[in-house]
Amino acid sequence: MAIDIDTARKVAKLARIRVEEADLPKLAGQLSGILGFMEELNEVDVTGVEPMTSVTPMRLKRRADVVTDGNIQAQVLKNAPDAREGFFAVPKVVE
Amino acid sequence: MSANQWTITAARDALRKGEISAVDLTMSCLTAIDAGDGLNAFVHKTPELALEQARAADGRLKAGDAPAMCGIPLGIKDLFCTKGVPSQAASNILKGFRPEYESTVTSKLFGAGAVMLGKLNMDEFAMGSSNETSAYGNAVSPWRRRGSNVQLTPGGSSGGSASAVAADLCLAATGTDTGGSIRQPAAFTGIVGIKPTYGRVSRWGIVAFASSLDQAGPMTKSVRDAAIMLQAMAGHDPKDSTSADIPVPDFEAALTGDIRGKVIGIPKEYRMDGMPEEIEALWQQGIAMLKDAGAEVRDISLPHTKYALPAYYVIAPAEASSNLARYDGVRYGHRAKLAQGDGITEMYEKTRAEGFGAEVQRRVMVGTYVLSAGFYDAYYNRARKVRALIKRDFEAVFAEGVDAILTPATPSAAFGLGEMADADPVKMYLNDVFTVTVNLAGLPGISVPVGLDAQGLPLGLQLIGRPWEEGALLNYADVLESRAGFVAKAEKWW
Repeated sequence: MAIDIDTARKVAKLARIRVEEADLPKLAGQLSGILGFMEELNEVDVTGVEPMTSVTPMRLKRRADVVTDGNIQAQVLKNAPDAREGFFAVPKVVE
Repeated sequence: MSANQWTITAARDALRKGEISAVDLTMSCLTAIDAGDGLNAFVHKTPELALEQARAADGRLKAGDAPAMCGIPLGIKDLFCTKGVPSQAASNILKGFRPEYESTVTSKLFGAGAVMLGKLNMDEFAMGSSNETSAYGNAVSPWRRRGSNVQLTPGGSSGGSASAVAADLCLAATGTDTGGSIRQPAAFTGIVGIKPTYGRVSRWGIVAFASSLDQAGPMTKSVRDAAIMLQAMAGHDPKDSTSADIPVPDFEAALTGDIRGKVIGIPKEYRMDGMPEEIEALWQQGIAMLKDAGAEVRDISLPHTKYALPAYYVIAPAEASSNLARYDGVRYGHRAKLAQGDGITEMYEKTRAEGFGAEVQRRVMVGTYVLSAGFYDAYYNRARKVRALIKRDFEAVFAEGVDAILTPATPSAAFGLGEMADADPVKMYLNDVFTVTVNLAGLPGISVPVGLDAQGLPLGLQLIGRPWEEGALLNYADVLESRAGFVAKAEKWW
């Protein structure tokens, strides 16, 4: 399926990546090429096949629902671009 | 031969006999690294840490407490989080990130006494097959075509690892492999690289690309080295829920050299149209070598092979778009400078546009598209069904008694840096055509250097094993390696 400029704009928006208007045609072309390649999958008969969910047939392990660490606020915030008073700071979210 | 050129095996024996100290061995690598800046393989050097670890290793060696990796100097792919040391997955979005924790693989290696020389170049977020998507710039292969000074790719995504090991800047390196990122660069640079069975090595603390496909493994100068280093990396980890809680056998002990009566499958679907004659000839040589060692060679069919690449390029971007959603400029890494009136959405969008390179942006958007409402079934679910069929193909041949499968590792020798710059993205994806099936099926696969092409560049063959049978796989690879007798090294120009 060919991706038009509007779809490319919408995908960029959903992916939260700013793409300049001037770059949308090139992006649409590249995405179309990649999706065209994926369309080869339509040749395969997948009737009755379950989608693969687990790479190796094993049950996911569970662990006890207990706190295993904590009290590491300084470490958690160490790499933050903007941390204030023990919190991550971001631009105003609510009016 | 200076010590940085040694194998792990040789260094281990010399260290234990006291013929060299871990500090001297490490110094030898640090000198080679400083002289190797032209390769752009090491992107963060950690000489102080290396010498501190080497001194500790010397202490352990003296006390007689010396695991095999004790005192062995390694390069670590930038994808591994290393405490206090820059770990940015070759992306500008993680510029300045210094983890407060250590990945399970590096903790295990350090626990075994290994020495970290620094962090290695790679494709951004491991997305690439030529190391040309890196925020650090290209890693360069030590190899050149005969009579040419064109710079070649070391492959990708573990390009820095391949270049560093092939150029003897370190004894071995860690790599990760999502669609061929250990095996393709190993083949391009004449070294050994193994991707273990999915779940054999913990993924905890490794920056995630596509979680159902990612697996870490060693990149080394010999198959025996791969067995020794994989031993130290493998094992159950409660911090990775997909890590297998099964015992890790002694991989080095599996190298018996005896493969008599073992059945090696040759899949006809790997004979691609337009494949260079040299690759076909190499494959035939490999078949002859294994036959000569007493293996039974059998033609097999893996009918869904053709669909592995398109299935991969749905599944991997889908998982990546989800995994990379965390890079939003809030908790770590880059945050864009905001204009007056910009809100949180603008912060996300500008941060991700500035921080991610073109290929990563493309894959995140492809992933977003195939997971979006209306397309989820048509693309993502269909790809997962095809994946199930690809896995079934392998299960069928293993059930019929095939012990391992021999294929080419790559469809060509290394290409020049920049040669693919104007190509369609799909053309670059074709590099993974022989390796990607193994990730989709979760199997172990190893690339072994077998010969040189007409231009003097290394070519490798791939062996694919049964799940959890890395020991047997390494044994077949060891036999192939010794029969091939590959000893060529890149001529030093850097």
